[in-house]
Amino acid sequence: MAFSRKSLGIPYAVFLVVFVAAPLLFLFYYAFTDGQGQFTMQNLLHFFTDPNTLGTLYYSFSIAIVTTVVCLLLAYPVAYILATSRLRQRSVILMLFVMPMWINFSLRITALKEILNVLEGNLAMYPFLNAVIGMTYDFLPFMILPLYTTISRLDGALREAAMDLGANDVQTFLRVTLPLSVPGIISGVSMVFLPAMTNYVVLDMLYNSTYIMGSLIGSYFAAYNWHGGSMISLILLAMICLFTLLSGSVEEEGSARGALL
Amino acid sequence: MEKKDTIIELRGVSKVFEDNGFKAVDNFNLEVKRGEFVTFLGPSGCGKTTTLRMIAGFDKPTEGDILLNGESIVGLPPYRRPINTVFQRYALFPHMNVFDNIAFGLRQKKTAKDVIVRKVKHVLELVDLEGFEERGIGTLSGGQQQRIAIARALVNEPEILLLDEPLGALDLKMRKEMQLELKSMHDKLGITFIYVTHDQEEALTMSDKIVVMSEGRTQQIGTPEDIYNEPVNAFVADFIGESNIFNGMMTGHLKARFCGGEFSCVDDYEEGTHITAVVRPEDVEITKPGEGTITGVVDSVIFKGIHYEITVLSGRNEIVIQTVRNATVGDRVGLRVDPENIHIMLAEDHTNKFYADINPDFRLEYNGHRIETSLTKIIRGSKRREDGTVVDAAGEVLEPGRVRILVSIQPQDIEMTDDQDAGLVQGTISNLIYKGDHYSYIIHTELEQDFVVDDEDLWNMDDRVGLLMPVDKMTFTLKRK
Repeated sequence: MAFSRKSLGIPYAVFLVVFVAAPLLFLFYYAFTDGQGQFTMQNLLHFFTDPNTLGTLYYSFSIAIVTTVVCLLLAYPVAYILATSRLRQRSVILMLFVMPMWINFSLRITALKEILNVLEGNLAMYPFLNAVIGMTYDFLPFMILPLYTTISRLDGALREAAMDLGANDVQTFLRVTLPLSVPGIISGVSMVFLPAMTNYVVLDMLYNSTYIMGSLIGSYFAAYNWHGGSMISLILLAMICLFTLLSGSVEEEGSARGALL
Repeated sequence: MEKKDTIIELRGVSKVFEDNGFKAVDNFNLEVKRGEFVTFLGPSGCGKTTTLRMIAGFDKPTEGDILLNGESIVGLPPYRRPINTVFQRYALFPHMNVFDNIAFGLRQKKTAKDVIVRKVKHVLELVDLEGFEERGIGTLSGGQQQRIAIARALVNEPEILLLDEPLGALDLKMRKEMQLELKSMHDKLGITFIYVTHDQEEALTMSDKIVVMSEGRTQQIGTPEDIYNEPVNAFVADFIGESNIFNGMMTGHLKARFCGGEFSCVDDYEEGTHITAVVRPEDVEITKPGEGTITGVVDSVIFKGIHYEITVLSGRNEIVIQTVRNATVGDRVGLRVDPENIHIMLAEDHTNKFYADINPDFRLEYNGHRIETSLTKIIRGSKRREDGTVVDAAGEVLEPGRVRILVSIQPQDIEMTDDQDAGLVQGTISNLIYKGDHYSYIIHTELEQDFVVDDEDLWNMDDRVGLLMPVDKMTFTLKRK
């Protein structure tokens, strides 16, 4: 048999089938069947009629949006200042912001929990606030990095051109720098918003009593309700797909430059 | 002719960069008349762009003042100066279409909408891109982007337009076209242009006035003709067009000795003055051997389309000639130059310079004599390997024949001796002049290289002497062929 370069792709094809396609098919199967293996739309109906699941969806959205906005507001100035400064140590400072990522996740959250305990007394009193603090702490580097990359790649001559044409610093920022950093904002937002929608370990560890989508799915599976849990997972997946497609199209429209890590 | 007033003046402007202490511009003085086309010309790193940026307001001078219409603008930020810039790589806003790019400045000034539309249309006609309003920047070719960048600056009707190597990214044909177009735009609009380039031909084609810069200093300011025909120093002569540059000495009234011959010239300096002679390649005439002022052997001939570029070796001197007549490598030829085509200027220094070769043993050699020093000592970072070859800091072998060492030695450091064989090189005293406390001699060597030697004792004309050159008085520079 002649060696074909295509055969090099076989391991990847196997990987995709076993770890991506097959689980998705299982998810579909469970989502649209009941305990007896019969096709049913009951799970779907249940999701949209149960105030509990809808409430959780709404709550998850709120947490994810607030976390994303807080991350963006914190990260943009940091990224902007670092990317535009002439500081020789700027890569060191950037590293300091990113360094928490190198430390074990549960260790970080445990430490945060202790700090919040001291500050708040009873963690259960401020579930929403704690969720946002925990996730912001966890996801901030994912917002800073793409923003930093995008802004530092902006041609400095563009800012100078704007000033040359009569724009002061604020106008230059609003008319040139900000619009041109949109690709970075979009990748930062996707990298924070998506995990914020699904991550529930942070909340669990902060003794959070409230449910978000992730914990809701977890609880279904813990109760052996694989069909309900699969449906919620599928719906979440669909929403994330939609979000990614939307942000992707905005990005393409804005400019052709990609800006990931 | 109407009297033109000064629009911008730079007075003693210097710029030292804080972060590395580099002095980019040193005591720059210039007056630009309204409507002039001024070009800053120089190699990269000469400070021309920094000077332009100080006029635009992106950099602040560390010293000196910049006056626009008689008033200092040093304290004004770029957005408050009636000056617009065409950037090196255009710096068009990629998130805006052509119309929005051009309208940027007008919108900033809160110009009425219908006026903006009219002005953008007008300026697009000026740069020959009518109907491009809705096009995205990414869909434009380099040449079109260039025109949009010019349009974006011109639409603001600035008092001065700054252009920072605007044609550098274009191909040759496009560049030639744009040169002519920019020139005609300048004539049509009457706006003052300050143009930065490292391309001497571009500068000569377009400018009313050229400022030649090197290492942060102004070398010469003048019209293109002045600068081409009467360069004030060897740097300008070398940078503007191709030149043959020789060190020499005045040997009499309107007579100068250089390149192994005595030439008549039209510039007069006192006899014995050290001079630098500049001869343009197109001004050297090839004659039959013996009919020229000097003779030499054709070393190489390169066909350049409209002319041949011929290199002739005369002794140790290399003369580049541009002529429409062909020659054959190895031919003996005579060379002559019309007196008006020899440009003589005062030599900046009288340092003797000669090339020493590296011999197959990787020792330094001149005229068949060893120079008693080692290559590893004079070339920083070089090493002698076990096989005897010498490599430079980058590990590359300093191949004999491909690498030469330029040796410099001052006239007072060379000693003459009657013991000819003891000298590094032998020659005849071809000229002497009394300089108050010493005599300045020119020793004409068999290698057709003239040495300048200062000596307190009186020697006779036509004496044959050996030249002793102490190694510790020599300085060495590595030159690659």
